[in-house]
Amino acid sequence: MTISRSLPNRDQLSSSASTSIEQFDWHAVRNDFPLLKQLVYGKPLAYLDNAATSQKPNVVFEAIEHYYRHDNANVHRGIYALSERATQAYEASRDKVQYFLNAASREEIVFVRGTTEAINLVAQSYARPRLTADDEILISAMEHHSNIVPWQIVCKQTGAKLKVVPITDSGEINLDDYQQLLSSRTRLVAITHMSNALGSIPPVQEMITLAHAQGIPVLLDGAQAIPHLKVNVQALDCDFYAFSGHKIYGPTGIGVLYGKQVILNAMPPYQGGGDMISQVSFDKTLYNDLPYKFEAGTPNIAGAIGLGAALDYVSSLGLDNIARREQQLLEYATQRLLSIKGLRIIGTAKHKASIISFVLNTAHPHDISSILDREGIAIRAGHHCAMPLMDRFKIPATARASLAFYNSNDDIDRLLLGMKEVDAIFG
Amino acid sequence: MNEELRELYQELIIDHGRHPRNFQILGNHTHCQKGYNPLCGDQLTLYLRIENDKVVDASFEGTGCAISVASASLMTEQIKGKTLAQAEKLFHDFHSFITDPEPSTTLQDCLGKLTVLGGVREFPGRIKCATLAWHTLKAGLAPSNHAKAVSTE
Repeated sequence: MTISRSLPNRDQLSSSASTSIEQFDWHAVRNDFPLLKQLVYGKPLAYLDNAATSQKPNVVFEAIEHYYRHDNANVHRGIYALSERATQAYEASRDKVQYFLNAASREEIVFVRGTTEAINLVAQSYARPRLTADDEILISAMEHHSNIVPWQIVCKQTGAKLKVVPITDSGEINLDDYQQLLSSRTRLVAITHMSNALGSIPPVQEMITLAHAQGIPVLLDGAQAIPHLKVNVQALDCDFYAFSGHKIYGPTGIGVLYGKQVILNAMPPYQGGGDMISQVSFDKTLYNDLPYKFEAGTPNIAGAIGLGAALDYVSSLGLDNIARREQQLLEYATQRLLSIKGLRIIGTAKHKASIISFVLNTAHPHDISSILDREGIAIRAGHHCAMPLMDRFKIPATARASLAFYNSNDDIDRLLLGMKEVDAIFG
Repeated sequence: MNEELRELYQELIIDHGRHPRNFQILGNHTHCQKGYNPLCGDQLTLYLRIENDKVVDASFEGTGCAISVASASLMTEQIKGKTLAQAEKLFHDFHSFITDPEPSTTLQDCLGKLTVLGGVREFPGRIKCATLAWHTLKAGLAPSNHAKAVSTE
């Protein structure tokens, strides 16, 4: 087994396995997540809403608790042991993120509240000063509201226009359609790395190459992709990458904006306050260096530390192993769900991961979700913060089961049993 | 089947959810009000024909779950023939009935058929489904609020 820098191996975690998938005891891995052991309405919990938020392993609780019990102090300020330890732990998490994304430098890793704040930061600090009424921002038809609304706001502020790459009936982006919309007016492409409502993984590498050929920078919304796909920002050559800690087994309220150093350096601060300055007088203020220029105020220290522990945990399992495991679960769930009469899967892209959105011709997603809930099965029902996408498929909502490596075929079998209850009521 | 689910999805609700009554645009309506639940995307348009302070006809269109469609369907049945004051009282009675953990028998008697929606009390996340049509009605009857969509949030 290879042990990478600063990563604990499986033996140091509560369950034991090697990095080979055949030898992985995924059942034991599930034991790392105490929440999953509970009963809901007297039934074992089958948590299938991982695209909304993931459950957390013990190591994340322990890291956060250790920080608050032993190291709690403000960072980058105090000249005393506690503050130095807190700063060290906070900054160590930045190194972990850098390593996890394979960013060229730690200065390119900005801690934010989550993907939403990261995208808003880019919209206001990168796009707003550059945009004019002749310019365009290009997104896709399968974006989450958080990769639509910040651009609408900045378009309203500047007069720029929002252009939308269509998707096919299977939920894929056709590169020809994309190329047709890329133009000399396009100032930024902002695209999801994996659709939260469909699971589709767009051809981001090709999209970045095509954009860069015209000198257009690209932001990837990695909120969904981060726990499922290995992300290498240097290989992708994306200009920005945004993700949230809570989708990758870390705490809520912490996320990351990756930006290329040369671009971040040229951007004005997003918020003003403490820590983002180097010198302040009433006449003028000199801003701090990267990444602190974008981290005004006391940051979410415990959150960053928890995120670092989550990334260590994911790395110890190995994203390749996780992806293989989740692909097996996805195939099994897809095949089982398709055996249900009147069920239609929305989003059948060739490249997809971990998400199955479906509609039933007899029951509305909310009714499906209420019935499944009483069976201890948690799925999501609704528009998944992607209302334009629902309009595209002419449906008001979908039921969505989203998988993580700690799910099992048993969870999926229980989902199928739950669907029999739905049929008993609505069939 | 789970007892609470049985209580929620009574036959009358399934029937009205599947075959909603008064599910059409009312050609000669005097009032038209849109209602919307932004959390789940349910939306409906309520049409009323009001003459001499009386609801003489009511209909609706829209999309939603069984609870929200059944509630709208039952509501349009119940408000026909009611005076505006009676319709307003029905709104308050229904709202109390749905949100009060132990509604009085007097209240239940007033509501008649509508008590079939009482099962929703055990599903706090679904109360808005049951009340969407009713909030739409209330907004539609408010004199100053014509044409502005009402939201459950």
